[in-house]
Amino acid sequence: MSKILIRGAKVLGGEPQDVLIDGPVIEAVGSGLPAEGAEVVEADGKVLLPGLVDLHTHLREPGREDSETVLTGTRAAASGGYTAVFAMANTFPVADTAGVVEQVWRLGREHGYCDVQPIGAVTVGLEGRKLAELGAMHESAAGVTVFSDDGKCVDDAVIMRRALEYVKAFGGVVAQHAQEPRLTEGAEMNEGVVSAELGLGGWPAVAEESIIARDVLLAEHVGSRVHICHLSTAGSVEIVRWAKSRGIDVTAEVTPHHLLLTDELVRTYNPVYKVNPPLRTERDVHALREALADGTIDIVATDHAPHPHEDKDCEWAAAAMGMVGLETALSVVQETMVDTGLIDWAGVADRMSFKPAAIGQAQGHGRPVSAGEPANLTLVDTAYRGSVDPAGFASRSRNTPYEGRELPGRVTHTWLRGKATLVDGKLT
Amino acid sequence: MDTQQNNPQDNQREAEPSDARPVLEGPDIARVLTRIAHEIVERAKGADDVVLLGIPTRGVFLAQRLAAKLEQITERTIPVGSLDITMYRDDLRMHPPRALARTDIPGDGIDGRLVVLVDDVLFSGRTIRAALDALNDIGRPRAVQLAVLVDRGHRELPIRADYVGKNLPTSLRETVKVQLAEEDGRDTVLLGAKRDR
Amino acid sequence: MQRHLISAADLTRDDAVLILDTAEEMARVADRPIKKLPTLRGRTVVNLFFEDSTRTRISFEAAEKRLSADVINFSAKGSSVSKGESLKDTAQTLEAMGVDAVVIRHGASGAPYRLANSGWIDAAVINAGDGTHQHPTQALLDAFTMRRRLVGRDAGIGQDLSGRRITIVGDILHSRVARSNVDLLHTLGAQVTLVAPPTLVPVGVETWPCEVSYDLDSTLAKSDAVMMLRVQRERMNAAFFPTEREYSRRYGLDGDRMARMPEHAIVMHPGPMVRGMEITAEVADSERCTVVEQVANGVSIRMAVLYLLLGGNEPAVSHTRIEEK
Repeated sequence: MSKILIRGAKVLGGEPQDVLIDGPVIEAVGSGLPAEGAEVVEADGKVLLPGLVDLHTHLREPGREDSETVLTGTRAAASGGYTAVFAMANTFPVADTAGVVEQVWRLGREHGYCDVQPIGAVTVGLEGRKLAELGAMHESAAGVTVFSDDGKCVDDAVIMRRALEYVKAFGGVVAQHAQEPRLTEGAEMNEGVVSAELGLGGWPAVAEESIIARDVLLAEHVGSRVHICHLSTAGSVEIVRWAKSRGIDVTAEVTPHHLLLTDELVRTYNPVYKVNPPLRTERDVHALREALADGTIDIVATDHAPHPHEDKDCEWAAAAMGMVGLETALSVVQETMVDTGLIDWAGVADRMSFKPAAIGQAQGHGRPVSAGEPANLTLVDTAYRGSVDPAGFASRSRNTPYEGRELPGRVTHTWLRGKATLVDGKLT
Repeated sequence: MDTQQNNPQDNQREAEPSDARPVLEGPDIARVLTRIAHEIVERAKGADDVVLLGIPTRGVFLAQRLAAKLEQITERTIPVGSLDITMYRDDLRMHPPRALARTDIPGDGIDGRLVVLVDDVLFSGRTIRAALDALNDIGRPRAVQLAVLVDRGHRELPIRADYVGKNLPTSLRETVKVQLAEEDGRDTVLLGAKRDR
Repeated sequence: MQRHLISAADLTRDDAVLILDTAEEMARVADRPIKKLPTLRGRTVVNLFFEDSTRTRISFEAAEKRLSADVINFSAKGSSVSKGESLKDTAQTLEAMGVDAVVIRHGASGAPYRLANSGWIDAAVINAGDGTHQHPTQALLDAFTMRRRLVGRDAGIGQDLSGRRITIVGDILHSRVARSNVDLLHTLGAQVTLVAPPTLVPVGVETWPCEVSYDLDSTLAKSDAVMMLRVQRERMNAAFFPTEREYSRRYGLDGDRMARMPEHAIVMHPGPMVRGMEITAEVADSERCTVVEQVANGVSIRMAVLYLLLGGNEPAVSHTRIEEK
């Protein structure tokens, strides 16, 4: 493999530097590096970040290839600056056996756009009753370390306790979709002023918060660690903050959409805003931003949830929940966190690459941009502003809530182990 | 919304034209109504089965005034009511929906009666066509007659008035505006040039 | 300009008064030998009912027929809808048949809004009740009934309900009737009090333009109208209240409670009534109960709405408050 010289890139937003890639690794970082024998990419003041890592992606394959496949999903990931994604287990069949997780893992390897690290189901069929073969999935070629019934909550306290205990044997982590099922029967949107007016079934914040409170206490009790998926309320932030102050080994993620959008948008009854957990209030959005800035929330995860057009082009009640997010995540984070001054680009690298890789134990990802490290990198034109056009998405689905919205930032290049997957905004 | 309750198609009663000149004044209007009342009594042979139905808005006031005069002449109570023709108009699709006016049929109804429709201006005849349709849904009069204060010509349907206060030859570029004390504070009929819009 | 009637909250005071005044004239048609007007001749209206509601459907149908519209009744049961056809496809199929207006009843809140705003069809959309969201013609007929009884049939023309005190009792949480009435009655200047057990009041009610009370007895003496809402027995199983008996003891309207209302005050119910639950037979059959009147008024109100939305080349109702997305 030939050499690539990235010239004048603001590494993690710092002073412009040159970065020389040789094969799959970074050879040198410095000023005035020699261009001989290297393909030169003029970064021209763009920001260079370690390849982004998404701990929460739905690739839909196997089973719902009409909405996304491993190929289209990893192309979308590369477009968004990602070099590794964790694929959720709620496929058909469910990723609750070594066979299914290995299949997904292999497809990611073959396509070569982005590493795919499968997440295993906690319980058989996501049914919440019987533990799946967590050990077998861990020992498979896919080497699963993150387990989640995402889409469903592991609501049985005993099952959750056992899962938390069991994964300690191989250093795994359970990622909880916190949603008390009885409190959310018939729930369609955040319960509050807007749901009262619209007559849509209310989804109370307490349904999320009560599970998080229970699970951090369980994690403390059994001495395990727990990860909270897509935390969405101010109250959840308070509980996680309390748990961390107590020394409980808890990590938490927030989605880009919960950092930007509120339930006021549901007044349009447009199902593009229907998502689980639901869009919350302005107050929650601000609490989430602050928590991400102060480290209470560790990472941003997309919860990229592709759905075919017909599942959104319908009435609210009939629509599927979820939004695509891989190709807009970085822009939303720039808009809500960087341009507002809450965090800098090093902070973005921390929350979208270093920490998610650490939580998920993604080997070779989330590493510093320095000599000898794997060349998993993404180059971002942070001065760019433009409106979101879903027609240009690499994802098979178009269910974005940002259509027509002006957002900052654009990923121009992505390298996976030194191989360009995105060049000048075009997939290779 | 459109709160205009009158009938621009027939009467062109928009804002008062600036160069309008009166063609009938208060005393003239009183005089022609008296004459029409006498004509009704004469033609209806005593007017004992007459029912007066005014077409809103100003036709209703004219009908009430006519009824008072008929009562003076005949010393009998003359049933008087109103007939709103909005829902029967043939130009509904050409304008926003109009607010409805009151239809008020006297208690004994119109079956077998001589109904005299009363309106202020007779123009295209379309209002009267609509009024005849409306009557058809309300009952079966012995006969229907028409009394108008002004006939300005330009009929678009084979309709004529039985009692006319004043025949007023006009051009289509002119407007006729009837003002009555009950609605406008004074009695007058104005003729003016139609303003370009 | 909106061509639809989706929510009572979209109506201005003048719009609402115009609809009530128009309905008053429409009511007179019912007294005539030929109860028919030619106004909507050649217009086609489809009654698209995804939920069973015989009384609302026949009320709309009577109104449409009295205005000479061509009426198509489409009930979702046993149709292609039950075979998985989407609302969008159903609506587009109907529009292809040349429908001018769709009267829609749907179990999902927001379905009429979506139908009107998603670009699926061009026809005017009239909401005949969606989920637990809105039922604007019900609120209009209720306001019409109140204006007739409390202000007067002729004296009411041009008037709103300023200063009238209206109490709405029952399952507010699941009631589109309550939501529509709160919006419309507030617009018309009335003071609204909602009375229900706390379990049947929605979270977020504090922003509604009304008072909330958990005590029926304290509100009766200061009510010009008391509207009782149906309480479904199934709610008991979801623990909204302990027993039917306890509910009716605390929130049901019986003869004793009715006697504590002012002499002029009326009892209303959108129907169907659950006798012995929210209302006793004694109250339901009393002179003060307007339930049968409400049904008759429903036809007049729906005629007025159909005329004002479809009778001209553009609607007469302004809907100034709605913003098209």
